[in-house]
Amino acid sequence: MITIKDLHKSYTMGTNSLHVLKGINFSVQEGELVSIMGSSGSGKSTLLNILGMLDEADEGSYTLDGVPIKNLNEKIAAQYRNKFLGFIFQSFNLINYKSALDNVGMPLYYQGMKRKERTEKAMAYLEKVGLANWAHHMPNELSGGQKQRVAIARALASDPKVLLADEPTGALDTKTSYEVMDLIQGINDEGKTILIVTHEDDIAHMTKRIVNLKDGLIIDDTAVDQVRALSHV
Amino acid sequence: MFNRDRWDEIIEALSRNWFRTALTAFGVLWGIFILVVLLAAGKGLENGVKKGFGGIATNSMFMWTQTVSKSYKGLPKGRRFNYDLDDVAAIKENMPQLRFVSPRNQLGGFGGANNVVRGLNSGAFNVYGDYPEYIEQQPMNITSGRFINYGDIEGKRKIAVIGEGVRKALYDNGEEHIGTYVKINGVNFMVVGTYSMVSSNGNAEEDEKQIYVPFTAFSQAFNMGNRVGWMAVTAKDGYSITQLKSEVFDIVKNRHSIHPEDDRAIGNFDLYEEFQKVDGLFIALKIVAYFVGILVLLSGIIGISNIMLIVVKERTKEIGIRRALGASPWSIRGQILMESVFLTIISGMMGISLGAALIYILNKILDANGPVEMFANPSVDLGTVITALFILIFSGLLAGFIPAQNAIKVKPIDALRNE
Repeated sequence: MITIKDLHKSYTMGTNSLHVLKGINFSVQEGELVSIMGSSGSGKSTLLNILGMLDEADEGSYTLDGVPIKNLNEKIAAQYRNKFLGFIFQSFNLINYKSALDNVGMPLYYQGMKRKERTEKAMAYLEKVGLANWAHHMPNELSGGQKQRVAIARALASDPKVLLADEPTGALDTKTSYEVMDLIQGINDEGKTILIVTHEDDIAHMTKRIVNLKDGLIIDDTAVDQVRALSHV
Repeated sequence: MFNRDRWDEIIEALSRNWFRTALTAFGVLWGIFILVVLLAAGKGLENGVKKGFGGIATNSMFMWTQTVSKSYKGLPKGRRFNYDLDDVAAIKENMPQLRFVSPRNQLGGFGGANNVVRGLNSGAFNVYGDYPEYIEQQPMNITSGRFINYGDIEGKRKIAVIGEGVRKALYDNGEEHIGTYVKINGVNFMVVGTYSMVSSNGNAEEDEKQIYVPFTAFSQAFNMGNRVGWMAVTAKDGYSITQLKSEVFDIVKNRHSIHPEDDRAIGNFDLYEEFQKVDGLFIALKIVAYFVGILVLLSGIIGISNIMLIVVKERTKEIGIRRALGASPWSIRGQILMESVFLTIISGMMGISLGAALIYILNKILDANGPVEMFANPSVDLGTVITALFILIFSGLLAGFIPAQNAIKVKPIDALRNE
């Protein structure tokens, strides 16, 4: 599903050049649930940004579902993001003057879907994350866990190939974190490919594979026995 | 581009901070309000002044004789001369572009002694010998009876059309005047009509203290022979009297052996030229109105542009999220532009409405209090409103352009970075 080869990325800050990714080789098969771990500064967020087409690599190739991702202009990048990827953020990043339902419908809006169809589909995804009753609430009326579940519904709405989650549980307490992870595991069970960036061990062990990054290089890439989040709830 | 979701977003975005939105909108509202009111005031002044002309044929001039200032064909300078009826015939014959050539004679004048007597009443009035077409050049309302006609001219009938001012001076209130006689310089004339002036400017009252009698009867009664005191000349529509008048002068100069380059022998007052000057003034007024209005509007536009910049800044994160969810740059740019145009048009329309309301009230007051000199019916026409609307759309786009460019420069990654 995802293949990256020899990926390099450096940032210039003033006169200093910071080499963040120093040649990453890495691939993900369809249906995998992968966590990317590493201390801060290890380059894990940069890697995720490149995978999410929010940032471009300096060197190396990136293929997503057989499509080479390079030299994108903003318009095409936007289309690819919409079609291929679903984002889940640490800080949820819901649009706070829109109801949960409208938030979930946003990716579909940018696909040009009609309002009625869009609302139905968004409602179905909200039901899937168990928030059908909260559809018309504003984000500030929802708890952190509920917000993240809305964000997951939104990420799923456009039926993307891959879900990219950047510290999805970073802002949540342990219990809520496990609930969210349970949801993510459930989605993975249905066959969705999911990448999670995290620095929490327990979260990482709820995935099927852990990739460890240090100083811009993969130092460890192992499959693990998945811990079901449900057993902790 | 104009689907419901877009509108929802625009309304949501603008109503989130409605007080700020209202303050910003006020800048544009004020600008367009000033523009509309200035244009209407200019129009009101124009209407008022043009009404002051009272429908007078503005493509006209008046010509009279002065002393000859160049010797010519053995005749000395300083010589006086008079027009005569043959001059009138010659001008009419040679100049088909002229609509009217009215010879006139006059008795009395400012500060003259009493010259009109009826019974025990008497008064000093201007008395004119005129042709029937004079009423076309200087419109009057015939309030009773009739004006001079060609039967009077041919029959040299001693009849008189008197102004309402004259009637008030010579007759008691409600007294029958048609068919009675007034004595002008000792000669009896029968009153056949009265008139009042169409225009309401300051001269109207004076102009109603005049008496019109047939030109021929005047000449005979007061021993004028075929002399003509002065002429009122009107050009046909499509010709300008200012361009034709020198030809008229040439005919007269030729007939009276006056040097062709003698500019002082013939005095004239060119109404058209005066009117053009007034017209030019109104064009200048209009330009000033647009200039001031658009400058005020511009400061409103800058206000909108400023707020849109702040809005974009505030919504950096939101824009980043949208981009991550698949919003194309054009969709973001369109959003910002639409917001700015929408805000501009709404506030502009409110400004236009407010201006229209003020004009409406002003008209009401003017109607209620009767005519005011030099000011009547201030208004803006539909063309002006449409022009204003285009200015608004254009300036809305202009106001949104820089903020929109800023908005698409937002990289999603920067926007989403956790602070």
